[in-house]
Amino acid sequence: MSVTRSTCPYCGVGCGVLVDAKGGVTGDPDHPANQGRLCSKGTALGETLDQPGRLLHPEVDGKRASWDAALDAAAEGFRRALAEGGPDSTALYVSGQLLTEDYFAANKFAKAVLGTANIDSNSRLCMASAVAGHKRAFGEDLVPGVYEDLEQADLVVLVGSNLAWCHPVLFQRLVAARAARPSMRVVVIDPRRTASCDAADLHLAVAPGDDVALFDALLCHLHAAGLTQPAPGLDAALAAAAGARPQGIPAADLARFFAWFAATPRVVTLFSQGTNQSSAGTDKANAIINCHVATGRLGQPGAGPFSVTGQPNAMGGREVGALANMLAGHLDWSVPGEHAALAGFWRAPKLATQPGLKAVELFQAAGAGRIGALWVMATNPAVSMPDASAVRAALRRVPMLVVSDCTRDSDTVALARIRLPALGWGEKDGTVTNSERVISRQRGFRPWPGEARPDWWAISQVARRLGWDFGWDGPAAIFREHAAVTTLARPSQRVFDLAGFTALEDAGYAALAPTRWPVPVPGAQGGRLQPAARCVPTPPRPPVNATSDSFPLRLLTGRLRDQWHTMTRTGLVPRLMAHVPEPLLSMHPDDAGAMVDGALARVESDWGSAVLRLKLDTAIPPGSVFAPMHWTDRFAPAARINPAVNPAVDPISGQPELKHTPVRVLPVPMAWHGFVLARQSLPAELGEWAARLPLAHGVWRHELAGEDAPAAAFARLRAAVTEPDAAWVTLDDAAAGTHRAALLRDGRLLAVVFLGASPTLPARDWLAGLFAENRISLPARRALLAGRPADGPAPTPTICVCHGVSAGSIAAAIAGGVCTLAQVGEATAAGTGCGSCRPEINALLAAAKVVEPA
Amino acid sequence: MRILVVGAGPAGTRCAVRAAQRVRGAEVTLLGAELALPYDRVALSKLLAGEAEIGDLITHPVVELAALQVRFRAGVAVTEIDRAAQVVTTRKGERLAYDRLVLATGSSAVRLPLPGAELPGVLAYRDLDDVRAMLRLAAEGGHAVVIGGGLLGLEAATGLAARGMKVTVVHAMGWPMDRQLDPEAGALLTTRLARRGIRFVMPAATVALEGVRHVQGVRLDDGRLLPASLVVMSVGIRPNVALARDAGLQVARGVVVDDAMRTSDAAIYAVGECTEHQGRLIGLVKPALEQAEVAAAALAGEAACWQPVPDSAALKVSGTAVWSAGEISAETAEAIILRDEGAEEYRRLFLRDGRLVGAVLYGDTADAGYYMRLIAEQRVVGSRAELALGSSFMDAAA
Repeated sequence: MSVTRSTCPYCGVGCGVLVDAKGGVTGDPDHPANQGRLCSKGTALGETLDQPGRLLHPEVDGKRASWDAALDAAAEGFRRALAEGGPDSTALYVSGQLLTEDYFAANKFAKAVLGTANIDSNSRLCMASAVAGHKRAFGEDLVPGVYEDLEQADLVVLVGSNLAWCHPVLFQRLVAARAARPSMRVVVIDPRRTASCDAADLHLAVAPGDDVALFDALLCHLHAAGLTQPAPGLDAALAAAAGARPQGIPAADLARFFAWFAATPRVVTLFSQGTNQSSAGTDKANAIINCHVATGRLGQPGAGPFSVTGQPNAMGGREVGALANMLAGHLDWSVPGEHAALAGFWRAPKLATQPGLKAVELFQAAGAGRIGALWVMATNPAVSMPDASAVRAALRRVPMLVVSDCTRDSDTVALARIRLPALGWGEKDGTVTNSERVISRQRGFRPWPGEARPDWWAISQVARRLGWDFGWDGPAAIFREHAAVTTLARPSQRVFDLAGFTALEDAGYAALAPTRWPVPVPGAQGGRLQPAARCVPTPPRPPVNATSDSFPLRLLTGRLRDQWHTMTRTGLVPRLMAHVPEPLLSMHPDDAGAMVDGALARVESDWGSAVLRLKLDTAIPPGSVFAPMHWTDRFAPAARINPAVNPAVDPISGQPELKHTPVRVLPVPMAWHGFVLARQSLPAELGEWAARLPLAHGVWRHELAGEDAPAAAFARLRAAVTEPDAAWVTLDDAAAGTHRAALLRDGRLLAVVFLGASPTLPARDWLAGLFAENRISLPARRALLAGRPADGPAPTPTICVCHGVSAGSIAAAIAGGVCTLAQVGEATAAGTGCGSCRPEINALLAAAKVVEPA
Repeated sequence: MRILVVGAGPAGTRCAVRAAQRVRGAEVTLLGAELALPYDRVALSKLLAGEAEIGDLITHPVVELAALQVRFRAGVAVTEIDRAAQVVTTRKGERLAYDRLVLATGSSAVRLPLPGAELPGVLAYRDLDDVRAMLRLAAEGGHAVVIGGGLLGLEAATGLAARGMKVTVVHAMGWPMDRQLDPEAGALLTTRLARRGIRFVMPAATVALEGVRHVQGVRLDDGRLLPASLVVMSVGIRPNVALARDAGLQVARGVVVDDAMRTSDAAIYAVGECTEHQGRLIGLVKPALEQAEVAAAALAGEAACWQPVPDSAALKVSGTAVWSAGEISAETAEAIILRDEGAEEYRRLFLRDGRLVGAVLYGDTADAGYYMRLIAEQRVVGSRAELALGSSFMDAAA
């Protein structure tokens, strides 16, 4: 049986996977990143291979077109934009989902062919601040450390990183190392008490935006303790840090953290989106890096700052320079001779001469009508960008919008004039680079569906129509050219060097094993880096938009464990949807006022609003609310959070402040709340509010709420699912606003419709299970309308997905005297799997304590 | 003590049998006007439909009655009561003395005073003779019209349809059994019976029965003429009170009785459909038998008291169970409705101030007792969403 070695397409950990002939996916024990481990998303990869709603043919103006026609139209669009507005009226917006080779092609197309640096990536939303921080500290975008450092450190500090959910395999490695070496300490710095805190010795609930003050204060403490050594910029950094004090952290906790950090040479500070997605993201990165530079804890085993990226190939994009403020291969406009060297190598007289528009600026320019042609690849800015409604308007305003994607169902694809079918994971072929600089192959093992083609091919075809012949016969050729670019303008201090790959044969490329750069000669394997480093002054400053009386709360956005970006892939996997079935707004009970758990709440800001289901959660600090960024028009139109997110950006990195928007939260009174389980996916328009998700057995769950009369809504919902020769069982209590119905044919359940005046309705899990039965008896029909078996207890929602433990069983255990997380685990096995449910178990424990008599 | 029971219907027979068992030294005589042994009136529909033979209907064979110390005499109609002498006279002039007299004269079918009402082929549906006559006419096939869509009328209609006649039911209200069913349950029943070939004309009123030597058709108030070689009038019953009235007993619509079934004459009791208790008549066998038990206890000198439960009707109409109780037409009440198209089941519960005040069950009446209790107890129901689903869910929820 043939096994394909490839790399997981989700987060920046870059885990190696083995794919068997049946499409079964397991962790690659030989890959340095994961050594055989996988997370919930990676494990489910095999279930995402056959994607409904694939874009299989090129389309122009909504009609199917030949590749030639579509490519001609795209070329013509760029030609016209160049003629009318010049190079800077053209742009590309690409993605950390692209392979390095596609990324390279896109960057060359923009900067050499179009002659503009208006190419930016969704990496801008992800780790642009880390890039800028690295460049300021190291003179180059370098991640000094390697994953082993997390295991060899005596202290690991997670800053703005819910590693347990967003980089689960790294978290597993961390937890395993700590178990083997109990002396090891973990500190989590995050406004939220995230799942990662379960592995932490100390949690500092820093106020959003206060990280700089925290690390400035740490720097001063380290200096006062005599632990700093002379470093360029240290004095200025200390001067800027003087008197900095983070708000709201208990003095004792702060002192303990400082003492631990001071006393622990082997310390890794890992930072991610919580640090980067800020108007002071670059300063946050440097404030962290300063503490390592000043103490020389850098590039040594178990020591160093560590930026982990969100996407599978954000690093590859940085390496090829596919960002508006980069040239290519770590070449820079600011370094004399590098631009000329690249222009010569590419024979590109019109090579872009200066940085271009970063993501937020780019869409603002499009909104202002200054972009005549835009090519979006493998990303969904209509959902993922801040101020997303303005971004939608901007996309509509671009005369020629080309979108290359796998799916036909993305909110951005819907707006495109020209749609180009791209290859997806398992089809395309190339390389990716993970957060520890390891270059791995992503290999194709499935036939190309329909007329889908590689992005690099589509790009070179449009380039050809604009008079350029890239001369590539496949990804290996592109990879060699990419390697060659890193050899230009040398000798140089540039650490990024792939000279060892410039002569890599196609066969060698095909068989390429995971390799960490730099690779100056063939066969080299890079290690830790100890770049010449400097400290950067980082005077603390508040987020751009402050809270006010009218917008008193701070909105934080982020990821869920089992979802990926805008759900085009993970949203189709029932067990990934099971973790958090609905878009939830997490809020501390003290901020809820009269609003109750499970009700609908509107998040409003100066920029827009979204409606989500309220989840009261003590893991959220008072004064802040958290919303996931995943939901789209397709799954929950009213719950798209980014229209409410402010477009403020970091002045240096241009990264948006996705984790601090002043908002208010208001109750959303609805005439009815309800749900529909059906053997089909129904249009979201069935209710003012709707969230859809797939369940097992091909059943779709629709959570709905509306403002019209319950009886009328009930009739509408029944009409939407009714089928010939099927019989209804219905229950109507008009006075109470209760309406329930089940549709059956030959004892087989076709649909259930539940409406009520309040959001409190029977558990869906039990009903959903009945869709698998073929003989539902007459008495059982009554049970359908009760939402539970006759004489049986009402099923409660599943809390622990790994072991299928319900809230009821956990509550029973607690009632039976169990009073700690560990004891709940022993009694019910809940929380002993991936651990993502532990906060919920803690909430149940806390609730139980409250009702106990004093 | 000589106890004379007049009327060998279910109530009279039960009272005679119980009195024989309970009253020490009693000589019980049971007089039946019909020339038949006591039989189950409710089962007449089975006989009509051919699901039973006459023999099957007999509830008390003569030997059994003898064993029970009850002296039964069939075909004996009482024409007069001499209360002073405590003697009754029969049609044949025979005089029978009593110490205690029990009237169980039952009721008669109402015959509408319509032109042609006396034509041959126009029948009531009340006793064995009626059924025998219906069977004779049905054997010739043709059209039958049943006037009155109450329980008895529908049973007559299904029976005649089963005998092969083309049956039309003419009913004054918009749906059949309007006293026991709400319009929706009535509609379900209509559809079900229509599948058996029974046609309904409603709401409609009959103005005349037409024919020369034999009934040939039914004329409706809208002028329509429905062909009919057999017409069954089933428009209600009227208590048989003539005997009591002539004897000077207090009579309103029925023979007035107290809680112990005693009439205005301390030596005379009355039970069953001929009685009127607290201004109300009864029309079903269950309360009639309860009255018989109470009267027997009173005869035995025990403190006996009949407490009518709230009206409830548990019926089987051509194989479909229906049950209703309490207020089933209250506009002021809130309704909870359960419908099961596949099982042809239907429930409508009526609530006021969170309390159950009425219920109609169609198809599945298993929870009748549960709802009856709730209506009687008058307490606020718990899990309202599951009330209509039945006791098992409510018990689990409670």
